[in-house]
Amino acid sequence: MTAPHYLQPLLKTPFHDRARAASQVESFIPWAGYTTVDVFTTMEQEYFAIRNAATLYDLTPMVKYRIAGRDALPYLNRLVTRDLGRLAPNRVAYAVWCNDAGHLIDDGTVFRLGADEYRLCTAERQLDWLLSAAIGFEVDVTEVTAQIAALAVQGPTSCAVLRTLGLAGIERLKPFEIGTFKVGAAGVTVSRTGFTGDLGYEVWMEPEDAESVWDALMIAGRSRGIRAIGSQALNTARIEAGFLSPNVDFVSAEHTIRAGRERSPFELGLGWLVDFAKGHFNGRRALLREKERGPRRQLVGLDVAGSKPAHNALLYADDSGKREIGSVSSAIWSPTCKRNIALAMVDAPFFAMGSSIWAEIYLNRELVWERRMSRARVVERPFSPRSGAVPRHRMIFEPRIAA
Amino acid sequence: MNAQVRDCIVIGAGHNGLVCALTLARAGRSVLVVEAGAQLGGAAATRLFSPGFQVSACAHLLHLMSDDMMRDLQLEAHGLEWAAQGLPTTALVPDAPPLCMPDAAGAGGSALSARDGASYAGFRARMERFAGTLAAVLAETPPRLGTDAWSDRLALLRLGWRLRKLGRRDMRELLRIGAMNVHDLLEENFESPALRGALGFDAVLGTNFGPRSPGTVLTWLYRLAAEHAAPAAAAGGAGVLAQPRGGLGAVGAALGRAAAAAGVVIRTGAPVTSILVEADRACGVVLASGERIEARTVISNADPKTTFLELLGPRHLDTGFVRRVAHLRSHGLAAKLHLALDRLPRFTALDASRLKGRLLIAPSLEYLEHAYNHAKYGEYSAAPAMEITLPTVNDPALAPDGAHVLSAIVQYAPYALKEGWPAARGRFVDLAIDTIEHFAPGLRGSIVGSELLTPVDLEREFRMSGGHWHHGELAFDQFFFVRPVPGATQHRAPVPGLFLCGAGCHPGGGVMGVAGRNAARQILRQAA
Repeated sequence: MTAPHYLQPLLKTPFHDRARAASQVESFIPWAGYTTVDVFTTMEQEYFAIRNAATLYDLTPMVKYRIAGRDALPYLNRLVTRDLGRLAPNRVAYAVWCNDAGHLIDDGTVFRLGADEYRLCTAERQLDWLLSAAIGFEVDVTEVTAQIAALAVQGPTSCAVLRTLGLAGIERLKPFEIGTFKVGAAGVTVSRTGFTGDLGYEVWMEPEDAESVWDALMIAGRSRGIRAIGSQALNTARIEAGFLSPNVDFVSAEHTIRAGRERSPFELGLGWLVDFAKGHFNGRRALLREKERGPRRQLVGLDVAGSKPAHNALLYADDSGKREIGSVSSAIWSPTCKRNIALAMVDAPFFAMGSSIWAEIYLNRELVWERRMSRARVVERPFSPRSGAVPRHRMIFEPRIAA
Repeated sequence: MNAQVRDCIVIGAGHNGLVCALTLARAGRSVLVVEAGAQLGGAAATRLFSPGFQVSACAHLLHLMSDDMMRDLQLEAHGLEWAAQGLPTTALVPDAPPLCMPDAAGAGGSALSARDGASYAGFRARMERFAGTLAAVLAETPPRLGTDAWSDRLALLRLGWRLRKLGRRDMRELLRIGAMNVHDLLEENFESPALRGALGFDAVLGTNFGPRSPGTVLTWLYRLAAEHAAPAAAAGGAGVLAQPRGGLGAVGAALGRAAAAAGVVIRTGAPVTSILVEADRACGVVLASGERIEARTVISNADPKTTFLELLGPRHLDTGFVRRVAHLRSHGLAAKLHLALDRLPRFTALDASRLKGRLLIAPSLEYLEHAYNHAKYGEYSAAPAMEITLPTVNDPALAPDGAHVLSAIVQYAPYALKEGWPAARGRFVDLAIDTIEHFAPGLRGSIVGSELLTPVDLEREFRMSGGHWHHGELAFDQFFFVRPVPGATQHRAPVPGLFLCGAGCHPGGGVMGVAGRNAARQILRQAA
């Protein structure tokens, strides 16, 4: 018998024992109710494995919903802002969904597993919203988070590792495609998806197969530099790729308390995910009004002068710091770009591409705080070569397999 | 746009739907009303329930329609006649003489105790002042909160000014009692259980409340405010309770004639199955026959749940809105009992002249509260509360010669009865008859036919979700600014081109016509 939930405030994923054995610094953090690894060895070592070799990341805590039934597609199309009508079976789509006011509730991925069966992967639990959205639809929504174990296998050698593991034809799997394979006796589903912006896959399996798949991957990847990574390294990679992190770069409209803290897809630079032509969806009328009005602010990538990450920096229109125009939500020194990059919410009209603004950065130098105004430029995401970030061709990797 | 397309289509020929259609037609709109049933008037209906016996099927007295509305609709010119007006109310008390309720002015009642007598006139006068203030509020479309529109700000200012005009003492008192329960209010003012019970009954009639439920002073004030503007009161008459000749169905019929005279086309036996939406705009309806009828504006007299969840469908709506509509509390608790009698029943110690009015069985607030307690748990009480009328006393034509009809609203009869109505129906009828028989010995022997309409039956007969007369509970969270739900106030649905005109809107149910008229005004304003 497992202990009642109040005696085990954090659950353990099926990979927990392997992760604990691989951990050298005992750095664990809670994620969606599970114990997960923040750092195994050092953040830098793990980050460079993402960019130069292959990595394993336990994403079991990612919240997963099974959505099935005759109305699964109309249901999902009313839920999310983009048109899923063209999503073929065995394909994945990134999507966001909004409340009535057109404010973002969450982002996630929609997997089409069959004619009338989908899986929705999200950051936050939101069964209540998903069930409310099901009123009037013939659809069954079930949380299946604990029923499915998942590993992200990411990095330039990830395809070769999976091929070595015996996943024949994995090199033909296109971005956002899903395939089914065998790892020994275990059946796994592999999607070419990830959160690193690098070549990578996500491997979905039964929890009882978790450890054997982990072990097999580690053996298959030994000669290709595979290593387990924690959330810190992944976070660095996702900022370089320009991906948003819930509760960091936006707060779900279902969780905000203060008025005006909600964000719309347009404000988050996700307008390309909004399809007004597909028929009604949650928040459509509000988003149309917003589109006509134009966004008051927008999330953008910043290339910040100097080498000090602009953590939580306030942004100004001028270097005197008189006119505040936004703030930074994610900031790193990008190891691959060798540049100081950030994601920031910037007021109109300063979010325009190429506009030059100022970041107020505080530095703690042996307990003495220094304030520095650094110039920052609005640049394209993913951070591209001319703006001084990861070369674009590295972001959408094609697998290169030696014949 | 196609010149052949009609301006407006109204779904449902309830009294509000007809008032709305008539108002629009008078403003020059081409209007079609499609009604699922055969009769006009919705819950203002007369029904043949036993061979030769007719009765008002839902509401059985007219007392909420304002003088102003009556004159506006010209119902009397369209054939509405009165069987009786200014009807008295009598409270039946077990094993004691009945209590004849004095009218608003304190006249014509039984002798009250010294203390109650001293309180009564002052209490009623104050409640009438409140009712007078609220009557104007009831007649208007409530403003929206938190908008920048001048019309909303102005309406809020007007509301504030009306309250302020009551004077400091009355305004304070209104604010004090506004959210109270009627039990506490009556206990403060009166000592006679029978008087308290009779007054409290009106506060909970047709609601999902007991006298101790919060907000029951509000529901009472709501009724008083509507009655305040009714013709008899407006003319300074004795009482507002009126009985149309031919039952309440005569109101529906007169409304139908008035609407037709204004140019409204009415089709009965034409149930709507869905509202057509094109390019995110309501543009017509589909009938059960498959016929599509287009119109520039679609107006629904159906209740909000039926309109949004069934006719329009959640696919055209946002999830948060659908959730609010689905959570709208609309389970009815009032049943209608109809008895066909071969002679006039004899009520113990009751003067025959009182039989033309209404008789209440609510001998104390505790009696009412006990009856409600059972309803909370999906049961009915062994001691139900009732409002009884004998419509044939004033209008003998409703029954064969010498025979009579008894019409009773029986409370509380929960919509979601635990054991289910098919199993309980017979026992519930017996219980109701026994309860009346206690005051009218020999009643049972005179019964030649009977009918019980439970909330489930009312839901089916009158196509109102949950069988609730008000198309949704009248409670603070479903009232005024937020009625029926945020996102559908001021008669406007979230989908452009679709409007609501039924009791689900402010000011709610009761045969008033205000929701219908305000909806029409809103549509005309929008187009202007």
